[in-house]
Amino acid sequence: MTVAVALAYLLAAVLFILGLIQLSSPKSARRGNQIAAVGMVIALLATIPLLHFTAAGIAITIVGILIGVPIGAVGARRVKMTAIPQMVALFNGVGGGAAAVVAVSELLLQGSHPVFAIAFPSVFSIVIGSVSFAGSLVAFAKLQALVTGTPITYPGQQIVNGVLALAIVALAVYLVAVASTPVIFVPLLILGLVLGVAFVLPIGGADMPVVISMLNAFTGLAVAASGFVLGNFALIVAGTLVGASGTLLTKLMSDAMGRSLGNVLFGAFGAATAGPAGVAGAEGRSVRSGSPEDIATLLAYSRKVIIVPGYGLAVAQGQHAVKELADELEKRGVEVEYAIHPVAGRMPGHMNVLLAEANVPYDQLKEMDQINDEFKSTDVALVVGANDVVNPAAHNSPGSPIYGMPILNADQAKNIVFMKRSMRPGFAGIDNELLYDPKTVMLFGDAKDSLTKLVAAVKAA
Amino acid sequence: MSENLLNEFTVFVLAIFIGFEVISKVPTILHTPLMSGTNAIHGIILVGAILIAATARDPLQIALGLVAVILATINVVGGFVVTDRMLEMFKGRQKPTEKEKTPPPAPPQKEKTSG
Repeated sequence: MTVAVALAYLLAAVLFILGLIQLSSPKSARRGNQIAAVGMVIALLATIPLLHFTAAGIAITIVGILIGVPIGAVGARRVKMTAIPQMVALFNGVGGGAAAVVAVSELLLQGSHPVFAIAFPSVFSIVIGSVSFAGSLVAFAKLQALVTGTPITYPGQQIVNGVLALAIVALAVYLVAVASTPVIFVPLLILGLVLGVAFVLPIGGADMPVVISMLNAFTGLAVAASGFVLGNFALIVAGTLVGASGTLLTKLMSDAMGRSLGNVLFGAFGAATAGPAGVAGAEGRSVRSGSPEDIATLLAYSRKVIIVPGYGLAVAQGQHAVKELADELEKRGVEVEYAIHPVAGRMPGHMNVLLAEANVPYDQLKEMDQINDEFKSTDVALVVGANDVVNPAAHNSPGSPIYGMPILNADQAKNIVFMKRSMRPGFAGIDNELLYDPKTVMLFGDAKDSLTKLVAAVKAA
Repeated sequence: MSENLLNEFTVFVLAIFIGFEVISKVPTILHTPLMSGTNAIHGIILVGAILIAATARDPLQIALGLVAVILATINVVGGFVVTDRMLEMFKGRQKPTEKEKTPPPAPPQKEKTSG
């Protein structure tokens, strides 16, 4: 590696770090992403002097880029904002796949008895990369509703996964320490793919963001490992940055759900707890349901309304309708704010992105800690497509699976309006006491339809 | 451990600390763009993909190189573009917010009119 290349890689690494720092503030975030993109271009250009192209090599490089650019660009431009999480999963998965393929290719070049310094990171990259690839595709399929979002479980699942993981470790050790031929990577690759699928299948749709974040970190580490294989500093630095930050982000996300990461990954949350007990309870108690006109009147003559948007709003793509309702209420002098739970939507910050798309002003979006004390002085908490994030069981029922999870104190508002499709429990699969609260009125239906009806009714009120 | 490997390992360990330090300051609302942005950055694997593709000779190497370059390119391009799309919206509403939204003294007035 020449000095010029090394310095260019250093510049790229600095730009990645600066980009990440700028991403930490809403005002500079976009510039941060652009700075990181500049770093990427510099790293790619700096690599050119290192290349000794064969005829086939230059052809596949150009053809590969010509195929990849339109797929990436069109995919990213066309995707609906509500489908962003699965798109991130997909882009992450292909990155993991690429890291594994790079390691395989380099390992084959080494021939028999690869040295430890190559064999070890290669094996790491192959395993982690293929787990990330397969796991991300399953996450994509779950969020895209190609397969069911509910956890897929079977007896002895953890044992099967454990055996899989052990088999991978044993094979990897054998390949690194003993094997004379690198061809043994083939079963390793296959086992990695199988583990990726088996590992993500039992995890429910609500937990997918945590999983995607973790797989994002995995891909970063696989890329860093490939960097060790190739002796390339740009890969090591960028991959490690992503691995470290992704790990921290994953922890922050599971913390926000009030659960340990182990519980998210191995708990098969929402499968067992959605038992018949909850349903029986739902039938045994009365629920107050209101017409759009009743609720519109309630809202229109309130002084302060806090909107609690959730996953259902994202699914129904009701972000524009909710903004329209807020505008109507504000015209009538009602103070409107949005309470954003850290895990509202499908990813932390996802709800902010959706509401930003609908031009909801920043200063109306309040994070949980900012707004939780305001519910007491609020006339109506309008819960749109959210459930678990306002479930008082998190405060009151030590036996509940979500006990201890930080929630929005919607139960303290003078009135609560729930807009839900049905009485079905939320992702956590547990009944919500708040639905039966005498202060609560239900408005059943698709969030977007209901919001549109409410807007019309508020205009008439 | 060779000197080169030692250097690589040093960089690796320091990058771990920087990664943690940088991310711990990001507000929750930017977590999705952040995840997407870091996702784009690990698209740096395109450098590795091109390195192995460039020297491809036999059919297996050609196939592996081509697959790696395609996958890595999708990661880089898609990652940066989708992140930019998200952040574009954050920027777009800053100005109208200041112009259209009533200033802070307004809420008391509102209370009088509705009461």
